[in-house]
Amino acid sequence: MNRREALSSVALLLGGTIIGAEAFLSGCVNADRKIGSAGIDFSPDDISFLDEVGETIIPATTTPGAKEAKIGEFMHVIVRDCYEQKEQQIFIDGMTKLNEASKKMNGKPFLDSTPEERKKLLIELDKEQKEYTASKKPTDPPHYFRMFKELTIWGYFTSEPGATKALRYVAVPGRYEGCIPYKKGDKAWAT
Amino acid sequence: MADNVYDAIVIGSGISGGWAAKELCEKGLKTIMLERGKNIEHVKDYVNANKEAWNFPHHGRRTQEMIKDYPVLKRDYPLNEINLDYWVDDRESPYTEIKRFDWFRGYHVGGRSLMWGRQSYRWSDHDFEANAKEGIGVDWPVRYREIAPWYDHAEKFAGISGNRDGLEILPDGQFMPPMDMTCVEKDFSDRMKKLFNGQRHVIIGRTANITEPLPGRSNCQFRNKCWLGCPFGAYFSTQSSTYPAAMKTGNLTLRPWAIVTKILYDKDKKRATGVEVLDGETNKTYTYYAKVIFLNASTLNSAWILMNSATDIWPDGLGSSSGELGHNIMDHHLGVGAGGTVEGFDDKYYFGRRANGIYIPQFRNVGGDKRDYLRSFGYQGGGSRSGYQRSAEEVAIGADLKDALSEPGPWTLNIGGFGETLPYHDNKITLDKTKKDKWGLNVLAFDVEYKENEKKMRKDMLNDAIEMLTAAGAKNVKGREGDGTLGRGIHEMGSARMGKDPKTSVLNKYNQIWDAPNVFVTDGSFMVSASCVNPSLTYMAFTARAADHAVSELKKGNL
Repeated sequence: MNRREALSSVALLLGGTIIGAEAFLSGCVNADRKIGSAGIDFSPDDISFLDEVGETIIPATTTPGAKEAKIGEFMHVIVRDCYEQKEQQIFIDGMTKLNEASKKMNGKPFLDSTPEERKKLLIELDKEQKEYTASKKPTDPPHYFRMFKELTIWGYFTSEPGATKALRYVAVPGRYEGCIPYKKGDKAWAT
Repeated sequence: MADNVYDAIVIGSGISGGWAAKELCEKGLKTIMLERGKNIEHVKDYVNANKEAWNFPHHGRRTQEMIKDYPVLKRDYPLNEINLDYWVDDRESPYTEIKRFDWFRGYHVGGRSLMWGRQSYRWSDHDFEANAKEGIGVDWPVRYREIAPWYDHAEKFAGISGNRDGLEILPDGQFMPPMDMTCVEKDFSDRMKKLFNGQRHVIIGRTANITEPLPGRSNCQFRNKCWLGCPFGAYFSTQSSTYPAAMKTGNLTLRPWAIVTKILYDKDKKRATGVEVLDGETNKTYTYYAKVIFLNASTLNSAWILMNSATDIWPDGLGSSSGELGHNIMDHHLGVGAGGTVEGFDDKYYFGRRANGIYIPQFRNVGGDKRDYLRSFGYQGGGSRSGYQRSAEEVAIGADLKDALSEPGPWTLNIGGFGETLPYHDNKITLDKTKKDKWGLNVLAFDVEYKENEKKMRKDMLNDAIEMLTAAGAKNVKGREGDGTLGRGIHEMGSARMGKDPKTSVLNKYNQIWDAPNVFVTDGSFMVSASCVNPSLTYMAFTARAADHAVSELKKGNL
């Protein structure tokens, strides 16, 4: 039981009447509300939040997940340095939107949700972004969840753990064979 | 010998400059090679050559700061995190665009030989005769028969891998073993042969990546990281090939940071005597003297140097007496092609990363074919399996998505056209005397564009690409009509064309300036027309031939 759950239990136990409990609780809830509030200089909370979003998109299985590829920090660096201001705002607002959607669907912020709840939410958001992307005009801004997803996929498969463990990486192939057998399940070449 | 006197000066150290230095040195001339930018030492200075995407903070992607700093480079692929140091800093070296021209330069030892695409094709008489047959520009003073031995010479030394395809339109050369085609490319090639009665050929690219070792160079290791500089020396560059060969003779001096501002000219002897150099680091001025000068500063910069030379005699510069200096600028127009997916090969894959593709030689206006425009185009492309970059729309997120993207995706087949641009007299560069670069030197102004002939050709480039892929059985075939702005072919040609008559050309058939026969211009400047094949191999061949002529003329006392 973590501190957040402990406090919730206490509040529940006491019918939510303890003075100050709200403040304790909101202190924790605020940690979620703060997601995205640091602007382009993502806070450690933002990074963990993005790590978990990334991990939900590409989870650890027999091979590392996006969190091990430090996907939160990677998204931070790309959004900060490579995105245009307009895109940065969509991304930052997107963090809040994702959290709001989580509360609406699962009754709690994303980080408080179970892996199953997180997955259910992101499947829904992916559906939403696909519909939006399919119908949007080229000049319309991208959907925030598409950004999260694209950055996770690209960042993961070009990270060392992603490229060398989820894919097959040969630094110096030494030869080229243009036409060889492939059997389903064999991994793709990295790079 | 004073330390500023040499037998030969070579201005520029890229593909043609390196070749000039090697040939002149091997023929015994004490030679200085002047390079306007910094030195890049083979292997040692290829600082990113062994890095992978994850070693770069942005995994290779351009940042907003880079976009702000490089207003020209940002227009295409050169702006990236991986080899930014090999491209010119736009801020230091601006130019004027009366019409937009995308100029992607490399100011360092080796020039663009470090980042070039390495595709190496011979011209045929179909190309050399085109101007004369059609009454365009001036006739080439050279035919294939004369240049063929020099192609042999260039290929043997540079190391070109390719297949002997036996095509008249694209003569075979002295090839190292070809690289493999993928299963899908082979299938495409077979189908095209059948469907178009042997008129359209899909062949493996002929590339300056060696498939067998050469002295001091390993064969290609199939890492596909050529443009970072190859630690194996597996592709032709000044650093891997011509520079070490020239150094071995003991006759070469390399001088980086030497910006040649003008060629010195003796009007009584009608000969150049040397060059004036501005040191790019200290801004001090130096002079070097020599009997022979090879101008290989890259097509547009060679014209710039000539425009700044001997202006007391010719206001528009050395070589301007014909009125053609700086005119007839050509490039290859690209950006048009098609792509699709190919079914039926899910049980096939490949090993290694091939820094080469397939090539489809020109077939329009060839043989009996006749179009409503002149000249033609070739395609470059490839058939490979898509990777994680594909959108796996059928899976949303989670382990299923990860598994799907960890496997190779559908095969894709893509081809893109390289179109010939005609030599238009009014496609020109001039000096802009109102704008200066970092060193206080006037910059070039560009007034270059592609015209009706190229526009018509682009329609065929698009339709033929779609037609061929569709005929090959590809699915979801989509054409693309990208930006064809000249310059982005990075095949600038024609600023000082050769010819048979000093009244209509800048150079004679041996690349000598009519008005200064001891100055040889052997980079892309000399090109009289553009063909549609990648031009560097042709520069190598003409450079070697010109160096041979220079030494022979020198011995005869004619220079």
